[in-house]
Amino acid sequence: MGQQILNAIFIGSIYALFAVGYTLVFGVLDILNLAHSAVFTLGAAVTYTLVVNHGQSFWLACVLGIFVAALMGLVIEYVCLRPLRRRRAPPIAALISTIGLALIIIAAIEQGRPGTLFAWLWVDGANPVTMPPGAFPNPTWHVAGLTLEGSKLAVIPISLALMLVLGYVMRSTQVGRGLRAVAENPRAARLMGIDVDRMIALTLVISSALGGLAGILFGVALGDISPYIGRDSVEVRGLAVIVLGGMGSIPGAVLGGYLLGLIEVLAVVLLGSNVRAGVAFAALFLMLVLRPQGFFGAQLRERI
Amino acid sequence: MDLLTQLFTDPFAFWTSHTLLISQIGINSILASSMFVVLYSGQLSLAAPGFMAIGAYTAVLMDLYWHTPLAVDFAAGTALAGLVGAIVGLPVLRLRGVFLAIATIGFIEALSLGVILNLPITGEGLGLKNIDADPVGGVNIVLISLAVVVYLLWRLTKGRLGYAWTAVRQDELAARSQGIDVPRYKLIAFVISALLAGYAGAAESHLYFILDPNEYGVPRTVQVLTFAVLGGSGNVLGPVVGALFLTTFPFIFKQAGDYIGVVSGAVLIAIIVFRPQGIVGRGGFAFVRPRWWPRPQSRAPSTG
Repeated sequence: MGQQILNAIFIGSIYALFAVGYTLVFGVLDILNLAHSAVFTLGAAVTYTLVVNHGQSFWLACVLGIFVAALMGLVIEYVCLRPLRRRRAPPIAALISTIGLALIIIAAIEQGRPGTLFAWLWVDGANPVTMPPGAFPNPTWHVAGLTLEGSKLAVIPISLALMLVLGYVMRSTQVGRGLRAVAENPRAARLMGIDVDRMIALTLVISSALGGLAGILFGVALGDISPYIGRDSVEVRGLAVIVLGGMGSIPGAVLGGYLLGLIEVLAVVLLGSNVRAGVAFAALFLMLVLRPQGFFGAQLRERI
Repeated sequence: MDLLTQLFTDPFAFWTSHTLLISQIGINSILASSMFVVLYSGQLSLAAPGFMAIGAYTAVLMDLYWHTPLAVDFAAGTALAGLVGAIVGLPVLRLRGVFLAIATIGFIEALSLGVILNLPITGEGLGLKNIDADPVGGVNIVLISLAVVVYLLWRLTKGRLGYAWTAVRQDELAARSQGIDVPRYKLIAFVISALLAGYAGAAESHLYFILDPNEYGVPRTVQVLTFAVLGGSGNVLGPVVGALFLTTFPFIFKQAGDYIGVVSGAVLIAIIVFRPQGIVGRGGFAFVRPRWWPRPQSRAPSTG
């Protein structure tokens, strides 16, 4: 049971990190960025390829992976969102254009095999791979019957620290005030001299960098990197997390992430592993029907 | 291009060699029409694959256990999907926009992962073998029902119901102030959409010898949404055109080979960015002009 709780905290950290980026974009733009899970996959894939196929050091690969994810945030903004905003397209159009970008990213990784156009990005096609064991330090301890893996333990402080930094930036810096102003009312923010387009681009960069990092942590610590980790592991769960916490609320997304991790682990322990995913979505459905504003709905008015 | 060449030079050979493709286009068109109904009434419901699954499993199970005639199987599948649609619709339709979308995703995931994969009668993860499937003859049923569906929907959108839906879509508050019973018309749209999706599921199950539970998840719903939005959700024909275009896309662009995913993602983004209202929509065939595109020299005189 102790091991299970530890796993819940570990996987909850990754859910939270992923969902914070999701909810940030929703809070500022009122748009679901469906390319977010593809960015998650991309971060992990780039890091793996840099280490295994291009012989870079693990730490440099991580930094570059986050950098590529952040760049992809700019691509999302300039290719998928800004042209539609200029044309005053309905929000559903942005849903489709981000789906299109996600399709491109995943298809490119999927087709990455030796001899194809994308061999520089990925060489294992659709197969799941694991980071080679010597690539990063992974001390393992056995304490009181629990197995503590360094790589999994590290995920928890890293994500907590980043979310605290993000919270501080949002609450107490000039940039954060600008972002919150745009989230509240883009028009009024523009009248106050805030460069709304730049703030939105910044939102997507931050969000995608966090999403990419979540992918790297997931892929490294769980030893599972494939073109489908984003789609299978976090895409819909990310939605569940931001709904549990309240759409657009960052503290909500953090607590929602840990809550979902706990719900899933409890479902496995109490009901068996078959129902794990089903229980999470039943919880999501019930939550939306009974309390659409999420557990932290009181803060919904003060988003982000 | 050989597909198009064959269609124009030898339509009969095209019909016999691509029967299954034609049937799949028909099924996808009915599904897209089911999405059209909810979008037309201003609701972003993504529940279609869930109702499809109900229709498909009901039809196949009735055929396997009771050997009922095909028409009875289809009717039962459709009716059960409509019934579940009414039950799910009642609590869910209070939600708007993205919240409704997420709740319906929760519904389909809970249904497929929680129920279908855990009930012994549905064959769990293995699915069911449908020995009475008819991949060749099914095409007639599909195309006739598609014509009926499109005609009925066209009549509906031109009638009292259609005007009520348009009013609700454009401004719920204004619609209510005009005496339109908003929840009632929303529920009608939701149930009609569920009936159509259930029928499409039953008809599709009749085409394939194996009923695969993995067909009814989030990727399917994303696909159906793309059909409807890309085709244009303001006109009955829009979803049909979208389904036709996207289903035949991999066959028309055969040269893309393995990169078809990348190409179709790029085309998806291009269409939605340059024509946010969809392929069939207001503005004839005019695309939204990019800013760098030369403007016509002569301008219509201002009418002041």
